[in-house]
Amino acid sequence: MLLEVNGLTTKYGSISALRDVSLSVGAGEVVGLIGPNGAGKTTLLGSIAGLLSPSDGSVEFEGNSVTGHAPDKMLKAGLALVPEHRRIFVDLTVAENLRIGGVTVPKSDRAGLLDEMAELFPVLRDKWDTPAGFLSGGEAQQLAIARALMSRPTLLMMDEPSLGLAPVLVDVVFDLIEHLRDQGRTLLVVEQNATRMLEVADRAYVLRSGSVVAEGSGADLRSRSDLFDTFVGGAE
Amino acid sequence: MTELIQNVIDGLGRGSIYALLALGVAVIFGVMHLLNFAHGELITVSGYAAYAAFSTGWSWYLVAPLVIVVSILTSLVIERVAFSRVRNASSFTQLLTSFGIHFLVSAMFVMYVGARVKTFSEPSWISDTTAIGPITVEVFDLVVIAVTAVTLAATVVILQKTMFGLALRAAAADFDTARLMGVDSDRVIRGAFALSGALAGIAGIFWLMRAGNTAPSSGIDPMLKGVLAALIGGLGSLRGAVLGGLALGVAEVVLRSQLPGTAAALTDGVVFALIALLFIFRPQGLITVSHAERV
Repeated sequence: MLLEVNGLTTKYGSISALRDVSLSVGAGEVVGLIGPNGAGKTTLLGSIAGLLSPSDGSVEFEGNSVTGHAPDKMLKAGLALVPEHRRIFVDLTVAENLRIGGVTVPKSDRAGLLDEMAELFPVLRDKWDTPAGFLSGGEAQQLAIARALMSRPTLLMMDEPSLGLAPVLVDVVFDLIEHLRDQGRTLLVVEQNATRMLEVADRAYVLRSGSVVAEGSGADLRSRSDLFDTFVGGAE
Repeated sequence: MTELIQNVIDGLGRGSIYALLALGVAVIFGVMHLLNFAHGELITVSGYAAYAAFSTGWSWYLVAPLVIVVSILTSLVIERVAFSRVRNASSFTQLLTSFGIHFLVSAMFVMYVGARVKTFSEPSWISDTTAIGPITVEVFDLVVIAVTAVTLAATVVILQKTMFGLALRAAAADFDTARLMGVDSDRVIRGAFALSGALAGIAGIFWLMRAGNTAPSSGIDPMLKGVLAALIGGLGSLRGAVLGGLALGVAEVVLRSQLPGTAAALTDGVVFALIALLFIFRPQGLITVSHAERV
């Protein structure tokens, strides 16, 4: 397995936001992470990416223990995160945002990667020198994904990529996820839009109140009526 | 009128030094959100280094680069020894740390070098003047303005064109996300302190040339000017810091020359009153720090 998470527990003060969570992602897989608001999905990605320090459990990436490593070390190891709410640098231009995304790759490879992103995201190509703050929500989400891809990650994690987008742009995001899947990239995607996520994911985990309550293939999970409230995105 | 123009040029010379100090304060504030009250100590330490070099017969041509190097190294050492340990602490703790460094450095010079002022010779050309039409200006002011202009241009190039500058701007906008993108936080912060030290070093050369001496409390004045200028300009805005420095310098010189009789002695008081007025009407300083303005 590319990513192996075992018994991960993360606390905010004395409250456990994640309890004994285990999951795995194999090379080339698209794995979904679904569940209602407050289930701990963002906490889980943050704990894997090094933004949060888990109090117990382990994270292994490509066979090496990376538990509690700083985010920049995780990125260098090949694990990139597209954070919730995109968090693009609004005062930097589109091109500068992408260059920052490629800060860890050798300078000689950066130009080629920029060309690759321009091809993959045509909407960005026309706005290369525009401050990212002027982008629409859909464009900004594509920039956030492109920025993460600039580091040539082995595993790309996305946190709620369709959140806050108009329905037509939600389609764009899911088309993009499918496209990345077809390119053979490995993805771990947190989504509230469970129905759509299960359509594109090879496998998925259902998180509720900080614990994994179900896992399986997309088709399996879609047929589980007991998970209905999860699929309609009901709050806890 | 001629006198006013001369005053303004004189003020720009003085203000250029303030601008460089303020820019250093703003760079640190941008990445760490720390108002660095220890900034003036870079000039205290490099002042003593200059004094030591003069005692062994060095000339200003050798001392000038030495001042820059010592200022950069001091800035890096202060970051390593003090600020890196309180990086995740509250801003209040960081603020107190910067005050602590300020007092500690002064106290160390009192204890180990002596409380007396150490003097050294000013460069021979410090009082030379040159005439531009009807206006007589000091060569020193012209040199300061020219060097500052070159330094600012170089700083812009570093911030806009290099990967370090880009990382610094990204970290100033959103530190966590910059780390998530692989920006090495230690390196960016160390780089910011080195840049801030280099700017203070260049300002320090002119400050020490003008002062012709150094003392344990030498850091207070440059610190006050730098912090004030950064506040006037709008904290965190680099353009504002430069503008604030120039405005402060010009205001000081013009007021000192134009205020009648004994009132001229109250220049500093009047300047502070003006700054108080500015903050009543524009609490954010001259330039509003939108996200886009930050570093």
